[in-house]
Amino acid sequence: MSVITLSVNGKEVAIPEGVSLLEATRAAGVDIPLLCHLDGLEPVGACRLCLVEVEGSNRLMPACTTAASEGMAIHTHTHQLLDYRRMAVELFFAEGNHICAFCVANGNCELQNVAVQVGMDHSRFPYQYPQRVVDASHPLFAIDHNRCILCTRCVRVCDEIEGAHVWDVGSRGSHCHIVAGLDQPWGEVEACTNCGKCVDVCPTGAIFHKEDTTAEKLRHSDRPALLKAARDEHVWRNQ
Amino acid sequence: MTTPDPSTPEPAAPEPSAAGLPDRPKLRLATVWLAGCSGCHMSFLDLDEFLFDLAAVADVVFSPVGIDTKTYPENVDVCLVEGAVANVDNLELARIVRQRTRLVISFGDCAVTANVPGLRNLLASADGSSQQAVLERGYLELADTGAQLPFAPGIVPELLPRVLPLHEVIAVDLFLPGCPPSAQRIKEAIAPLLAGERPVMEGAEMIRFG
Amino acid sequence: MSSSGSTTPARQLRCCGASGCRSAGSEELQAALEAARDAAGHTAQELAIKPVGCLRLCGRGPLVACDGPGGTTLYGAVPPTEAGALIEAARLGDHGNDTLQTSRLDPQLPFFALQSSVVLEGCGQVDPESIDDAIAFGTYSQLRRCLHELTPEEVREQVKRSGLRGRGGGGYPTGLKWDTVALQPPGPRYVVCNADEGDPGAFMDRSVLESDPHRLLEGLAIAAYAVGADRGYVYVRAEYPLAVERLRKALQQARRAGLLGNGIDGTSFSLTIEVRVGAGAYVCGEETALLQSIQGQRGMPRPRPPYPAQSGLWGAPTLINNVETMAAVPVILREGGDWYASMGTAGSKGTKVFALSGAVTNTGLVEVPMGTTLRSVVEVIGGGVPDGSPIKAVQTGGPSGGCIPAELLDTPVDYESLMELGSMMGSGGMVVMGETTSMPEVARHFMRFSVNESCGKCVPCRAGTVQLAQLLDRFVERRASPADMAKLDALCRMVKATSLCGLGQSAPNPVLSTLRYFRHEYEAACRQPALCEQP
Repeated sequence: MSVITLSVNGKEVAIPEGVSLLEATRAAGVDIPLLCHLDGLEPVGACRLCLVEVEGSNRLMPACTTAASEGMAIHTHTHQLLDYRRMAVELFFAEGNHICAFCVANGNCELQNVAVQVGMDHSRFPYQYPQRVVDASHPLFAIDHNRCILCTRCVRVCDEIEGAHVWDVGSRGSHCHIVAGLDQPWGEVEACTNCGKCVDVCPTGAIFHKEDTTAEKLRHSDRPALLKAARDEHVWRNQ
Repeated sequence: MTTPDPSTPEPAAPEPSAAGLPDRPKLRLATVWLAGCSGCHMSFLDLDEFLFDLAAVADVVFSPVGIDTKTYPENVDVCLVEGAVANVDNLELARIVRQRTRLVISFGDCAVTANVPGLRNLLASADGSSQQAVLERGYLELADTGAQLPFAPGIVPELLPRVLPLHEVIAVDLFLPGCPPSAQRIKEAIAPLLAGERPVMEGAEMIRFG
Repeated sequence: MSSSGSTTPARQLRCCGASGCRSAGSEELQAALEAARDAAGHTAQELAIKPVGCLRLCGRGPLVACDGPGGTTLYGAVPPTEAGALIEAARLGDHGNDTLQTSRLDPQLPFFALQSSVVLEGCGQVDPESIDDAIAFGTYSQLRRCLHELTPEEVREQVKRSGLRGRGGGGYPTGLKWDTVALQPPGPRYVVCNADEGDPGAFMDRSVLESDPHRLLEGLAIAAYAVGADRGYVYVRAEYPLAVERLRKALQQARRAGLLGNGIDGTSFSLTIEVRVGAGAYVCGEETALLQSIQGQRGMPRPRPPYPAQSGLWGAPTLINNVETMAAVPVILREGGDWYASMGTAGSKGTKVFALSGAVTNTGLVEVPMGTTLRSVVEVIGGGVPDGSPIKAVQTGGPSGGCIPAELLDTPVDYESLMELGSMMGSGGMVVMGETTSMPEVARHFMRFSVNESCGKCVPCRAGTVQLAQLLDRFVERRASPADMAKLDALCRMVKATSLCGLGQSAPNPVLSTLRYFRHEYEAACRQPALCEQP
């Protein structure tokens, strides 16, 4: 395995060739906010929170989908990036109906955490109050679209890890929403194996166990990476 | 009276004046309760013995939980505003607060995000207004007996078309989110102000919503 | 019935049958002309009536060109009732007829005289539904020549020498892109023609597809040969039914003629081309979304790199060029790359087709050398605002471009100059705006377009454009505050810098360019701060 070196915020790091800039930031001990990315799932570069500046490029690059290369010099916390990140998080809050006070994920929500991380104490952008629905047709789980941030982790975990591809994205733009099956009630989708992986990876309170009430949802976002390691590399946690 | 357009924020206030609070014996402190559940005020009362420290350096000049004054006074130094702006009274008081207060704090999630009171915005009709829909839902559809819409001009304030966070109506100097903000968080925010310093609003302990 | 191109009768009427003229009644007119000719007892040999593609001056349709020994005379907006008079004029070669006076167009008009036909050379000349006519016009001769006489490297060399750059808007050097695809490790390759022209006010590609589809197929086949692909796709938007119909017909004819398929023209080169019809998403004009759509997936862009030239359709190296780019290729091969490069400016070679519309006298299709000033295009060729009032601005590049103010009309049209002005070449839509146009309204119009067409994948575009459109509402409705101005500025910069694909990255351009040149209109739309104090 060949190793490449690059600098993150002026600090030199050595990482294996072929990994992403995100791994480079981790090697440098730099924490950048993430929402759509989850270890173990294919990165999509949709939330734009992990954008970094690359010296010599006038475009911001998503750390999760950009391959690291020898000699790169990246910056993760410039004034401009901090500014953009906070705006992006404000846009997330404003486009959905996020009422933390009575959410199942309150206190254990990645959106809430990211808001803290970027220092968002209010949204400069007016809340949109979109008309969204709750689908509680599944016997074990429910999806509250009001809290969905369209990270597509559920889509990817169901497709890539579980192989059921129950979830997908319907419509366009601000009307985008996660659909079950052929845009059916979740409970009617026969492909669903009731595995609960979508619940595990949902960063907010959008997909949850029905028995959970306010602030009771637990996260298990490490599971896709564990499953992937078990399958691809035959590495188990209890080894 | 024409219904005011609440959607236009005031021009930005001068730079938050925390550091420049006047050097007078006691600060003039106010708290205001707009469209909220009063939970933020309860949390404020949870400050317990810190309230004595507070009383030593500040006079509470207007507050639903601290003083019986009905008119918001002039020359207030710091005001904690709880609740969203939901009706014409809220709007009028918010504007008076801004005019007469040096440092306005958006106090709790309802003031910062419109939070639970803002849920009626989900009932908005095509023109974006929800006041009729929420009244019909509350007083007609859900009524067991005597269904009728409340109507008492000059007594019951008219609802605004939409419930708005405070900063969409007036300029706000400091945001103190939380539902409610814990007593500890309130203390961390106002203790520096009493000392003429701006609090550091960072980290989950200080700014996490909910 | 298609006319045979091999023996052009001495006298003929060429009737435009592209979408613009069709909507103005060209089919009725052509039928009336045929009836009038038959009624007058003339045969098709004496006076041919030939359906052709775009005759350029779309705003005056239906257009008819009369060819005779004395040259060509053009008629516009001919009512079917005048068919008899027109037949008579054409037969006699006497174009002084009074009843046709209002319809007669002066061929010396700058609109026609200042154009250079390269990409459009066959438009309005050939019958788009006849491969025989196309072949008689010379189409496919360069493909044959390439296959028999040139190596793929030699073909690419000519394209590189031509300096041709992507006409879809990006302006990426075409030869470089072809090299990148050709030089990938061995394996399957694809060529794709992007005919998903979606910018409001842009109809260049539609005209080429409807008027000269064989030229496009020839260009595509040459490209496939040059990069080593044996499969190709033309991705056309469903909103262009006539283009789809003619393209399908052309493909069928080319296959039958042995110009597509296995062992083309007796060589070992094979190429299969399929038409894929879009489902109405503007974002599918973005290359990575377009590829997803061809693969049968939801049309959503993905981050680049890897670029399609490295990893495109089904992971294989894929060459994507737009219609105008592909259609320029046969001429470049015929006349040589150097010839093409002799037109235009240092950085932008050749010609560019523009679709001129809006507050302009001559609405239609214009092909001019790169570097022509905007003023020549809109004032001289376009004839300015119909009532003679001054032009306020010219919008180029559609929802990704910007508004260029009248005082900068002497700017030459090329990729770099337009970019410097905060606009962009885009695909070639050019909308002229008169003095009464409100710039915040223009900006809002385009922002609403972007709101509707955002695919929804990334948050700056999905949610940011919605907020921008609402902010612009406040300016249009004159209830904005100075704080809104700052917010508008900041959010535009954020959406531009952080969006995933070109749609979001360029969505703020109409706002940024109007803020740059017409800031006073935004400022005037801000309420007086004093008014805000009033309850």
